[in-house]
Amino acid sequence: MSEPQLRVVLAKLGFDGHDRGIKIVARILRDAGMEVIYLGLRQSYLNVVNAVEQEDADAVGLSMHNASHMTLAPKMVEALAAAGLDVPVIVGGIVPDEDVTELLEKGVAVVLGPGASAEQVAISVRDAVAAKA
Amino acid sequence: MSDPREEWQQAYDATTLREGPFDTMSGVPVDAVYGNAPYPGQYPYTRGLFAAGYRSRLWTMRMFAGFGTAEDTNARFKELLRAGGGGLSTAFDMPTLMGRDSDHEWALGEVGHCGVAVDTLADMEDLFADINLGSVSTSMTINGPAIMIMAMYIAVGEKTGVDRSALAGTIQNDILKEYQAQKEYIFPPRPSMRLITDMMKFTSAEMPKWHPVSISGYHIREAGSTAAQELAFTLSNGFAYVEAALAAGLDIDDFAPRLSFFFNSHSDFFEEIGKFRAARRIWARWMKERYGATSERSMRLKFHTQTAGVSLTAQQAEINIGRVAIQALAGALGGTQSLHTDAYDEAMALPTEDAARIALRTQQIVAHETGVTNVVDPLGGAPYVEWMTDEMERQAEEIFAHLLDIGNDSILEGAYAGIDNGYYMGEIADAAYRFEREVNSGQRIIVGVNDFTEGDDGQRNLLRIGAEVEEYQLKRLADVKQRRNSDAVTASLTRLASEAADPEVNLMPTMIEAVKEFATEGEIVATLEGVFGTYVEKAVI
Repeated sequence: MSEPQLRVVLAKLGFDGHDRGIKIVARILRDAGMEVIYLGLRQSYLNVVNAVEQEDADAVGLSMHNASHMTLAPKMVEALAAAGLDVPVIVGGIVPDEDVTELLEKGVAVVLGPGASAEQVAISVRDAVAAKA
Repeated sequence: MSDPREEWQQAYDATTLREGPFDTMSGVPVDAVYGNAPYPGQYPYTRGLFAAGYRSRLWTMRMFAGFGTAEDTNARFKELLRAGGGGLSTAFDMPTLMGRDSDHEWALGEVGHCGVAVDTLADMEDLFADINLGSVSTSMTINGPAIMIMAMYIAVGEKTGVDRSALAGTIQNDILKEYQAQKEYIFPPRPSMRLITDMMKFTSAEMPKWHPVSISGYHIREAGSTAAQELAFTLSNGFAYVEAALAAGLDIDDFAPRLSFFFNSHSDFFEEIGKFRAARRIWARWMKERYGATSERSMRLKFHTQTAGVSLTAQQAEINIGRVAIQALAGALGGTQSLHTDAYDEAMALPTEDAARIALRTQQIVAHETGVTNVVDPLGGAPYVEWMTDEMERQAEEIFAHLLDIGNDSILEGAYAGIDNGYYMGEIADAAYRFEREVNSGQRIIVGVNDFTEGDDGQRNLLRIGAEVEEYQLKRLADVKQRRNSDAVTASLTRLASEAADPEVNLMPTMIEAVKEFATEGEIVATLEGVFGTYVEKAVI
C-alpha cells in the first residue's frame, strides 16, 4: 500500500433520522479502502469533535436530509476549527443547488448531491483531504 | 347457499354502488368481477376486501400536508378540502416528531421545515381552526409522542363541541418500525409498547371511529428494504401489536378491526400489486388461524398507500410525474383504501402548491379516466400476478419463521430481539446497498440518473421555509407558557410521572388533562423519560 489509509468520521447531527444514505456512503468508503468511524444518529458537535481527536481522523462526513444543513453544517465547521482541528467537512444528502455556494463559503469542503456516484464520493473525500494537506 | 359465485353476487347486490356507468370509454359494458373464487370480499381477501370494490366507493384521496406554522398548514388543509381531497393528513416537523419543543437546542433550523410545529394545545387549535372535526377524517403521522398529539386532538374536539366518540381518523403510532427504519423513537421499546396498548384500550372503549395504530411499511421500504421485507416486517409488526393487545387483556375482535396499514408503492409494477394482494391474504390467515379472530372485520387488512418518495429523482424532476402515475395505478390495482401521490418536486424539498395539485390530479386521472375502477381486482387470475402474490407470501413466511425462532414462538418477542440484535437494520442496509451498487454499475437504469440524462435544465422552483416561521413559533411558545397556570401544569406532570410508573394505569386520561393545561410536548416527554428512560441506538453500518 503506497497510500496511507484515510480515516473518516461519519455522523448525523440533530434530529434527522434518515440514515439510508450515510450507511451506503460508509460502505462505499470502506470498499474504497478507507477506515470509517460511523458515530450514528443524533450526534452533537462535541461528540464529532471528540471522535475526530480520538480517532485521529482525516475528514468528517455529514449527511443531511431535513433542510437544516444551512444551520448545522457551518456550526460543525466552526466547532472543529475552535478545537484546532483542520479536517475537511463533507456534506451529502438533500442540499439545493443554490445553497452550495454559501456552504462552501462557510468552510464546507465539498457538497455531494443526489446522484453522486460511488467513485465521485470516494474521490471527493480523497481530494478534500489532499487539499488540506 | 355455498356457491362462492352466488355468495359474491348476493354481497354485490346488497352493496350501494356509486354512480356508473360501469362501461368502457367506448361504451362496452363490463362485469364487476372476472375469474375464479375466492371472489372479492371472500376470505382470505386476496382479491379485495369487499364484493364491489371501487364500484361502491373510490379510495380516499388523502394528501399528506404540513409545513411552517399551524396556521399555514390550516390554510393548506382548507385548500385540499376545497380541491376535492377526502381527508386530512398531517405532517409534523422534526422537533415535534422527536417529542421536543421548538426551543430545544437541536430544533434550531428544523422548526416548521418538514411539517407543522406543534408544541402545545394552542398550536393544535390553530391547526384545525374552522374545520369541523366531526365531519372530516384526520390522519396524523407521528409515533414516539403519539399519545400526546392524540390527547391534543381529543382536547380540540372537546373545546369545539365534538365528542371524542365522533372523532374519525388514524394516528400512525407504529413505534416498532421506528427502531427498525425511521429512527424517530424516544423511549425504549417496551415502555413505548405500553403507551400503544394504553391507546388501543382507550380507543376500543371510547373512540369507535379511531384507528390507534397504522402499521407502516412505507418507511421500511424508503430506508431501503425489498418489497417482501416491507411486507413481512410490516405484517409481523402488526402481529406484535396484536400479541401486545391480547396480553393486555383486549379481545381480538374488539381491537383488530381498528388496525390499519400503510404501504409504499414503488416502481416495479407487478411486484407491488403482488405485495398488496399477499398482504390481505397473509393477514386474514394469521388473524383467523393463529390469533383466533372470528369477526371478518378483524381479518380484513385495510391499507393506505403512498407512492415511493425515494424513487423521485432530483434530476429532470418533471419526469417524476410519470413515476407517480405508475405507482398510483399499482396502488389502485392492488386495492388500496386511500392514496397519497407524491409531488414531482419532492426529491429536493417539500412540495410546492402547484406540484401538490398535479399529484392529486394524477390520482384523479387513475380514478376517473382509466376505467380500472370498474372491475374489482381486474388482474386476479393472471398467471404472473398470482405467482407474484404467492412468491411475496412465501418470502414473508420465511421471515415470520425467523422472528418466531428468535422470539421463542412469539412475534412480539421476536420483534424486540430483532431490534436489539440489529436484524432489521442489517437486512435493510444490505438491501439498500445492493440496490445502490446496481444503480452505480449501470445494471439497473434509473431514467435521468444513470441513463437518458440529457434535458435537465437544473431549474428548480423549491418551497423554502423562511426563518420567520421559527421566530413566530418561539414567540408563540413563550406566550403560551406565560399565560398558562404553571401550578396546574406541574401538578398534571407530577401525576403523569406517578401513573407512568404504574403499568396498570391507563395514561390517556391524565395525558388529556395535561395538554389541556398547556403542558408542552417537550415537558411531557421529559416527564416520561424520567420514568421510562431514553432509547439510544447502536450505530451499525
